[in-house]
Amino acid sequence: MTQPTPPRPSPTRPSKVYFFGTCLVDLFFPDAGMAGMDLLKAQGLTVVFPQGQSCCGQPAYNSGYRADALKVARAQLDLFPGDLPIVVPSGSCAGMMKKHWPHLFHGEPDEAKAVQVSSRVWELTQFLVQVLDVKLEDKGEPVRVTWHASCHAQREMGVVEEPKALLRQLANVELVELKREKECCGFGGTFAVRHPEISAAMVGDKVDDIEQTGAKRVVSGDCGCLLNINGALEGGHKPVQGQHIAQFLKERLHG
Amino acid sequence: MSDARSAILAKLRASRDAHPITPPPSDTTVLADKRWAPEERLPRIRRLMEAVHTEFLDATEADWPAVVREFLAREGATTLLYAPGTPDGKTLAAATSPLPPREREGTHAEHGEGEGLSEHDSNPTPDSPSPFPLRGPLPSPGAGEGVHLIPYDRPVETFKEQLFEGIDAGLTSTLGAIAETGSLILWPSAQEPRLLSLVPHIHVALLRADALYDTFWQAMRDNRWAEGMPTNALLVSGPSKTADIEQTLAYGVHGPKRLIVVVIA
Amino acid sequence: MAEHHGTEAPVNFAAASKAALLDPQLRGNFRRAMDGLMTKRAVQFADAKEWHDMRALAASVRLRALSKLPELLEKLEANCTRNGIQVHWASTTDEANAIVLDIMKRVDAKLAVKGKSMVTEEMHLNAFLEEHGIEALEADLGEYIVQLDGTMPSHIIMPAIHLNTKQIAHLFKRKIKEAESIEDAAYLTGLARRILRQKFMNADVGMSGVNAAVAETGTLCLIENEGNGRMCTTVPPVHIAFMGLEKVVETLEDVPPVISLLPRSATGQPITTYVNMITSPRKEGELDGPREIHLVILDNGRSSVYADAELRDTLRCIRCGACMNHCPVYTKVGGHAYEAPYPGPIGKILVPQMEGLAKRGEMPHACTMCNACVEICPVKIPIVEIMGRLRVEAVRPGDAVKDSGAQASKTEAMVWKGWAAMNASPMAYKIATMAMSKLGNAAPTGLPLLKEWTSVRTKPRFASRTLHDLAREKGIPDV
Repeated sequence: MTQPTPPRPSPTRPSKVYFFGTCLVDLFFPDAGMAGMDLLKAQGLTVVFPQGQSCCGQPAYNSGYRADALKVARAQLDLFPGDLPIVVPSGSCAGMMKKHWPHLFHGEPDEAKAVQVSSRVWELTQFLVQVLDVKLEDKGEPVRVTWHASCHAQREMGVVEEPKALLRQLANVELVELKREKECCGFGGTFAVRHPEISAAMVGDKVDDIEQTGAKRVVSGDCGCLLNINGALEGGHKPVQGQHIAQFLKERLHG
Repeated sequence: MSDARSAILAKLRASRDAHPITPPPSDTTVLADKRWAPEERLPRIRRLMEAVHTEFLDATEADWPAVVREFLAREGATTLLYAPGTPDGKTLAAATSPLPPREREGTHAEHGEGEGLSEHDSNPTPDSPSPFPLRGPLPSPGAGEGVHLIPYDRPVETFKEQLFEGIDAGLTSTLGAIAETGSLILWPSAQEPRLLSLVPHIHVALLRADALYDTFWQAMRDNRWAEGMPTNALLVSGPSKTADIEQTLAYGVHGPKRLIVVVIA
Repeated sequence: MAEHHGTEAPVNFAAASKAALLDPQLRGNFRRAMDGLMTKRAVQFADAKEWHDMRALAASVRLRALSKLPELLEKLEANCTRNGIQVHWASTTDEANAIVLDIMKRVDAKLAVKGKSMVTEEMHLNAFLEEHGIEALEADLGEYIVQLDGTMPSHIIMPAIHLNTKQIAHLFKRKIKEAESIEDAAYLTGLARRILRQKFMNADVGMSGVNAAVAETGTLCLIENEGNGRMCTTVPPVHIAFMGLEKVVETLEDVPPVISLLPRSATGQPITTYVNMITSPRKEGELDGPREIHLVILDNGRSSVYADAELRDTLRCIRCGACMNHCPVYTKVGGHAYEAPYPGPIGKILVPQMEGLAKRGEMPHACTMCNACVEICPVKIPIVEIMGRLRVEAVRPGDAVKDSGAQASKTEAMVWKGWAAMNASPMAYKIATMAMSKLGNAAPTGLPLLKEWTSVRTKPRFASRTLHDLAREKGIPDV
């Protein structure tokens, strides 16, 4: 259970995928969601965005309210029928669906359905690299960026190299890695408000690390981290800005 | 207290039976695969042990007592505690102390090197008092540099203070060494007491170059340790050390400050 | 210190951690130390396949031991007894303390020297013995420092990691007559050596923990670097060893993988200086070693942990402390903030189960669920899953864990119910998100939660149109 299961290899490159936008993207970073879908469409795929979708259930799940989490997760199941991959622009939400849904639905009448849906979940950069093998052409100005790896992308989805590989494809982008790339930024969902002082210390260390790279942008694949890091960068009047990788990539491809 | 015993065991049994665990098989291939060519073992052991301040001396079966003696003399150590009843202890005594015990003083010339050995043979009972005074004069010609041999041949209670405060070095044998981690295997016994390798400031250990194992696991399997463990078995991988003060390594906290491995080719 | 049972008042982790965060010296000490330990550990496990296979082996050893726990404990007892080791069982820490006192009184002990033992920290044994006029002196250098300072260990492997050399030099100067003001680790270590060797020589009883107890042979395995463990288990006439009941392994061959992964994970060393395997007290004809060995097997809530099929994985732990070294929360606040014998990730899952969720309900929440601990745990404990489960138990009345449901709050339950209703109905979700998009940014920063969030951050800004809106406008198909 603790090891991320390798994504089911896609036997053939699909012509159509589902997009699960996530609630944080929906409310705070809709442009990142649109950029994610655009990246997929640019590869010739048809993208389906079921309008009935809301949230993967993680907030309640991690707060100890499993029944409420189950109710919300269950409401998503029928929106993704068939065998198409489900692409998620968040390692954390993808991790919830892929790793925790089977556990959450264990013993429930719709367990089999949940497991089937869960098995089709991909994190966006993972899908772009592993399934689509995308080749990116950089049309942007030279810029130095750094990458913030989300904990759940790394440790639940096993996504470590994919986003950095995408950034390295961009000719005018210099990627400077963080000294403590693997260290949590201190978001942790309700943790940030339950333990605000510790969370502040954690994001403080993260901001220091980001500043030391001399990067103009910090790119990440998770909106929870971005809310936290961007809020702290802004709060500390730092000249650096955080951006979702989908949006960053889209900008680079359009110059 | 047997109440606690039965309560604990009953609860564990009921819980386990309600939710049995099926453990995955223990695949020891990873241990079995840790192998080094015979000629690589000793250099690896040296490298690993030297990295934690162990010192090495090279010797042969013929000259190791002299090597030990010279080393101690060079380092200014004057007292060496040893195990008189072990083969190595006998060799050491014979080589180092051709001077016979006091009652035979004056008869030295008539006796070969084996005499020291026979003296110890005559006194094998561990609990019987030693003929040697602890810090006795014992001007042994073989140890002309001033290293006094002190046999560990009585219960620790009878000379604890001297053991802690009056001895520079202790000599032990080993069962061999382990290549993976750079560790000596010590197997204390009635003849070779446990504190020999712990209390004296310098621990001198004899290592036969043909007794090298790849891993701890291999050593215990090859020698069937599970069929009979001694009172105390030890792996020793360096002198006593600590990093408890700001992660700064410091040697010689409680046990030996120095570990000298004499490799006998 | 004397209070060691019965109090159910919640321990305020937030308050204690706040104090730690305000101490730049402490934060610097931990940051530096943990960065170093993580680097050293990574060097030990550079070979990914070896790490994977060793870890699988060690996990299987621990799981096999748990699968036969009652039988192995009986076998351990039988073999120890045959070897001359006296075995005692204690359900509670009070019982364990009483057992110790009994032995101490019988041998008229005045001074006990101790090697590291986390179980005796659970027991608050030192304070207990002191109350009975017996000096219990910690001999591990880190523990000795902490004891001199009158505080608790801040890390299970490196008890004095919160202090730097300067602070320790000042402490020695204050507490030790012959100490000079020399801020040098070698000097301070040498001073402690002189003092403690006297104590080893004169102690009536030596005490130690156990890293692994071998059922097959009745052998107690202890690992350490300093030699104090060997002193405590060899010099005094009586040795008392303490183990939590989960510390048993089935066979002698189960020891090498555990003994290999423990120091490599803990401090990044290939092996500790000493691996001490004790199988019996001094035998007829032997010249040293204790004449009596006692093994105290402590439950203290472990059998309850074992009762739950999911929570029992907590008992795989081999106490390497690597989870602390890698925990971003621990690294910020240090060990003392937890006010518990076991801090860090393993503490957050173990202590609430031992002491109950009324007192320790906050501990499982002091975690971002980043899984850094899970990634490096050498016996693959699903720490974060257990953390999540304890969060469930904290708000769900029942008997799975001591004080299950103690944190239940009607308000919080209502909030989540509302949240679920909103997210489970597309229509409700649409209305709610529309409202947030239009009105969310007007929320005053003084609101609960937002107030905490904005302590160091700007307010999160709701987008004026949701992804749902944008997708619809751009004609992204819905099915």
